[in-house]
Amino acid sequence: MQPTNRSSRILLPVKLWFIWFSLIAALGVSYIPTGRLPGVPDWVAMVLAFWCIREPLRVGMGTAFVFGLLVDIGHGAAMGQHALAYVVLAYLTTWLSRRVLWFSPLEQALHVLPVLLLAQLLMVVARLAAGAEFPGWWYFLSSFTAAALWVPLTFLLLLPQYQPVDRDDNRPI
Amino acid sequence: MSLVGHQAPPIFRRGPAPLVRLILLVSICLAMLVADIKYRYLDVLRQGLSVVTYPLQMAAAAPADVVRNASRYFATLLEVQLENADLRRQVLDAAQLLLRFEHLQRENEALRSLVDMSRRVPVRSVSAEILYNAPDPFARKVILDRGAQHGIEAGLAVVDAHGVIGQVTRVYPVQAEVTLLTDKNQAIAVESLRTGLRGVLFGTGQGKLEMRFVLAGADIRAGDELITSGLDGVFLPGLPVATVSSVEREGQAFAVIACEPAAGVENSVQVLVLGRAELPPAPPAELTQAESAPRSR
Repeated sequence: MQPTNRSSRILLPVKLWFIWFSLIAALGVSYIPTGRLPGVPDWVAMVLAFWCIREPLRVGMGTAFVFGLLVDIGHGAAMGQHALAYVVLAYLTTWLSRRVLWFSPLEQALHVLPVLLLAQLLMVVARLAAGAEFPGWWYFLSSFTAAALWVPLTFLLLLPQYQPVDRDDNRPI
Repeated sequence: MSLVGHQAPPIFRRGPAPLVRLILLVSICLAMLVADIKYRYLDVLRQGLSVVTYPLQMAAAAPADVVRNASRYFATLLEVQLENADLRRQVLDAAQLLLRFEHLQRENEALRSLVDMSRRVPVRSVSAEILYNAPDPFARKVILDRGAQHGIEAGLAVVDAHGVIGQVTRVYPVQAEVTLLTDKNQAIAVESLRTGLRGVLFGTGQGKLEMRFVLAGADIRAGDELITSGLDGVFLPGLPVATVSSVEREGQAFAVIACEPAAGVENSVQVLVLGRAELPPAPPAELTQAESAPRSR
């Protein structure tokens, strides 16, 4: 069966300030110190992936690079580590963007999961090559929690774009 | 800007193609990684951009502060009284030692001046509190609540009540990042308290320490205490660091010496940042020449 975009709602255009607000809010949330708790999702990567899929002409590799550097500084990680991962993530999600939106949010999460895992793998390879300690397999759990949170995130970030549902029989849409 | 996998006709094309941009940005990232990890060239950029991220970081740290302070607020009276009694006892013990220490220090200075030795460099210290573990999962680092404004500099030693826990590696205006001894890239020059045997202690990354490059025949055994030797010119000599937990000498030139940190490296909260007030004097010129000269016979 040919997959179709089942959403029947017509969305308002995204406001540019909302994109930036959501990215900066994700950055702030990622700065909350959680210590060595495994499975905390990478909020910035999730929101970046979301906007790269929804608005590939507005958010892309440049934005990913800048936010990657800001995450590196806030986390005390090596400069360029998150930037590298996010640039590749943005490239891949932009590439997927015209395919992913034909699926339901749950299936979209399945598309995003391997991309998030690849981004984490890139960071591990970059740091291990520089002689750092392997953080353990629990490190990759955060991609799975991120994928599990994809549906609520989609709802949250689409909320400002939803139109109020008021049925008008005289109006075709 | 054009979409990935889609070539726009020339009149609609804006900027370079996605693949070109990807390769460009990835190479910039790789160059930055090498420049930062290997040569530490980017610390200026990091300092500059940290001004932008700092308000956001402060706002994000607020929930953690609330949780920490709430647990302190709800401590029971009994707990506080017990802790108070314990602290009084410790102060009494420490005061005794301190009285003797002052006497000994005066005596030491007098004796040193008698035999014309150079005076010990004065020590300065800043007390600080560990705010949280640094979020980078690839390293063992913690963040202190004191920074450059309180006189903290990169390279200073960080100790708790029982011994060394690490070294300041990055300084921000009001925060500092400490690399713990158990980090894989951290090393510290030590000597055995019992025999004076010198060596270098490395972190292994799993909360353990390892003394490397000690010959298998050397006089070291489980239970030996290790203190800083001060030979690195960074740490003050005589601070307790670790206790040897096991020594294996089978089949290798160097003994495999596993050590347990003396301080609560990964769970202390109140710490002291210690440093020399001035740099140690440079070694005499003839000595360094003799050392660096090739040994020819």
